[in-house]
Amino acid sequence: MINYIFGFFLIVGIVYGSITGNINSINDVFIVDSKSSIEMVLNMIPLLCLWLGIMKIAGNSGLIKKISMFMSCVIHPIFPELNKNSDAISYISSNIVMNMLGLGSGATPFGLKAMDELNKENNNSDTASRSMITFLVINTASVTIIPTTVISFRALNGSNNPTDILLACIITTFLSCLFGILLDKLMYRIWSKYD
Amino acid sequence: MTNFIIPFIVLFVIIYGLKNRVNIYDSFLEGVNEGLSLILKIFPTMFAMTISINVLLKSNIINDVVNLFSNFFNYIGYPKELVSLGIMRPISGSSSLIILNNILNSCGVDSLAGRVGSVLQGSTDTTIYIISLYFSSVGIKKIRYSLLVGLLTDFAAIVISFFVIKILFY
Repeated sequence: MINYIFGFFLIVGIVYGSITGNINSINDVFIVDSKSSIEMVLNMIPLLCLWLGIMKIAGNSGLIKKISMFMSCVIHPIFPELNKNSDAISYISSNIVMNMLGLGSGATPFGLKAMDELNKENNNSDTASRSMITFLVINTASVTIIPTTVISFRALNGSNNPTDILLACIITTFLSCLFGILLDKLMYRIWSKYD
Repeated sequence: MTNFIIPFIVLFVIIYGLKNRVNIYDSFLEGVNEGLSLILKIFPTMFAMTISINVLLKSNIINDVVNLFSNFFNYIGYPKELVSLGIMRPISGSSSLIILNNILNSCGVDSLAGRVGSVLQGSTDTTIYIISLYFSSVGIKKIRYSLLVGLLTDFAAIVISFFVIKILFY
């Protein structure tokens, strides 16, 4: 699937760009701009290393196990296939909490670690497990209580009250996340019939 | 206030580790090592996705498609600027932020488009990017119905944000 998205973006971009006379800027992507993608990865290294380091301390001291046990009653109904004392629960909840606080880039290390744990329970298969898909649906629905970036953009653009959208954000994010979880459960039923 | 959260999480983890007689320095280094190998693992995906997304963006096709349907969006009363934002949001976080900034500038922060755009940007995420990054970090090839559900959820957020703002503000 990602295979097709990758190909689709490239083909559509190059063909459409040449027809409409935008080929110069596309040429730039291949010759000059490719270094911007390196910058993105470079920016991620310190954050990832720092948080995986801190999470390792939390893991070795038994804190992760404690959080997992505490959170499992909340997380378990959403992830029925997940082992009750799995470390994944702790990483999933850390990821969700980070997202809620609007610390999107801080959430990524936990998310990647959660995928790693879910992968162990999936026997390292190359097919996505039910729990993985549910986790990604919640993750991409992005349950955010304080959208820090948006608020700062509104303040910079001279809003009288940059936070007056907070209630609307919370309603939208919870409703769409609920929609995603229900759709995920439904699709799981439909998909299992054809697998 | 939010500036306290992260340092205090770190403080708590460190104290908890020392209390349980963990070698916190060695554990930290262990995690840093894991981080480095993780970066190497996800680097090809991040690189490939940014290149293909940049090519798509630079061709200007998304703007042109939105303009093509502008009469339709006028008809249903949905601000045209928000359509580009809605299409861009699941693909690229930085470009959708630029679009949002343009909307806040040109339509006004407290306009309908400005408010719905803010909610949309705040309550959804870069679905296509996250799905490809997270799955490739653990070598998943068959992603099943995940992208479909993710994108439909984003669409739900587009519809919900519009009505929530309409009800709360107008």
